Amino acid sequence: MSVSDMFAVLQGALGQDQDIREEIRKVVQALEQTAREMLTLLQGVHQGPGFQHIPKKCQKAREHFSTVRTQMESLKTKFPADQYYRFHEHWRFVLQRLVFLAAFVVYLESETLVTREAVAEILGIEADRERGFHLDIEDYLSGVLTLASELARLAVNSVTAGDYSRPLRISTFINELDSGFRLLNLKNDSLRKRYDGLKYDVKKIEEVVYDLSIRGLNKEATVAAGGEK
Amino acid sequence: GSGGFRKRKHDNFPHGQRREEKENVNPCSALMKSFKSFQLELDTRHDKYERLVKLSRDITIESKRTIFLLHRFTSAPNGEEILNESEVKLDAVRRKIKQVAQELIGEDMYQFHRAISPGLQEYVEAVSFQYFIKTRSLISVEEINKQLIFTAEDREETTNMTSDSHNKQPHTWSLKVTPVDYLLGVADLTGELMRLCISSVGNGDIDTPFELSQFLRQIYDGFTFIGNTGPYEVSKKLYTLKQSLAKVENACYTLKVRGSEIPKHMLADVFSTKTELIDQDEGLP
Repeated sequence: MSVSDMFAVLQGALGQDQDIREEIRKVVQALEQTAREMLTLLQGVHQGPGFQHIPKKCQKAREHFSTVRTQMESLKTKFPADQYYRFHEHWRFVLQRLVFLAAFVVYLESETLVTREAVAEILGIEADRERGFHLDIEDYLSGVLTLASELARLAVNSVTAGDYSRPLRISTFINELDSGFRLLNLKNDSLRKRYDGLKYDVKKIEEVVYDLSIRGLNKEATVAAGGEK
Repeated sequence: GSGGFRKRKHDNFPHGQRREEKENVNPCSALMKSFKSFQLELDTRHDKYERLVKLSRDITIESKRTIFLLHRFTSAPNGEEILNESEVKLDAVRRKIKQVAQELIGEDMYQFHRAISPGLQEYVEAVSFQYFIKTRSLISVEEINKQLIFTAEDREETTNMTSDSHNKQPHTWSLKVTPVDYLLGVADLTGELMRLCISSVGNGDIDTPFELSQFLRQIYDGFTFIGNTGPYEVSKKLYTLKQSLAKVENACYTLKVRGSEIPKHMLADVFSTKTELIDQDEGLP
């Protein structure tokens, strides 16, 4: 093969790669749109009346997730199944965002941490690489860390809205999460940087709990806890 | 408490409270158990990545040494020896690449690509340099990858595998150099060919520069054809490539114009001055 023939073949491969990426970008854009809609919906829980509407918002969010599942099915078809990490950068951000949204919904529903397997199911993807388009563990962890920040904010706004017990429960949850993250040996990458933000979330929630406890508000909350939801 | 001055925020600040809460965290809770498994998963992944980085470094070093060796090649009697020695060195590099391929069995190669890409590019540079010296042509990526198909030769190699992959140990496994790594390696090759041009004049070889000029032009045309179709790293190389080509073309010009008037033994001096200037440009030690 002459040099020019070789380069023609190579150019073909590069062009094909570009075409695949273009197709992926289109689907990712659609996913990002859905994610934005869900975020706007769920952000409403921070406002006073928003707290009462939590169950309804969670239900609506779950409906959005079925759109996500459809879009994910489409994404899976855009590239060879065994080249997930070749194109991973394209959907990494939106996937982390979707993990956060799933984790937030699950927390609002049950005040527990959604498992990796459960998120995968919500999003319509696999938990293991071997089984197909999967959720990378670092993307799962990034999404969970975003949840921590959101809960720190929720703790603050709960108090403002008059809910004095929620911050205490958030505090317990975040402390357990923090203990979990402390087990990980992270490298100096984006996940590590995201993790470094967790201590500020922990601190913020501690301050909220402290402010409540020195005013005796948490005791009122414990008494009234029965009526709260 | 009641009365008295307001407590400063940091007095009995939740340090005590936090310690208490942390002691209340159940290490056997579902959450803690899953994070323990995350720890293992991440550690395994990072360890593999590091092993591959080390292999890539070894590949880079040995490939670079092969290139230096090949620069000592001339058509003089020891040329054959040098080529043979280069083959021995490249075989050693390929054994490292075999270990890389072994680590990647059952994995998605692209997950670890950044770890091994530098080494592979250097290998492409070395093997294509050797190929050019032998054949005066460009080795194809297919030809390169044909040499990177490995078989399990002896028991020793399989015992290094983890128990998982031991069960799935195939009879042959391979590493495919990607089109991008190939192109980046070939782009770097042009720098070595430029140096070869300058040094061959110093050796009194006035044919090689013209062969190189033609060869480099073909490669440059190839990269021009690709243009911006590839990733940014490929387009970035185009600039240096152009400079290497220009130096070779200028050398040919000097040979043509002044070759007739300067005795051959003095040509070397003309080019050695130029070589010093070029070396300063390149920032060589």
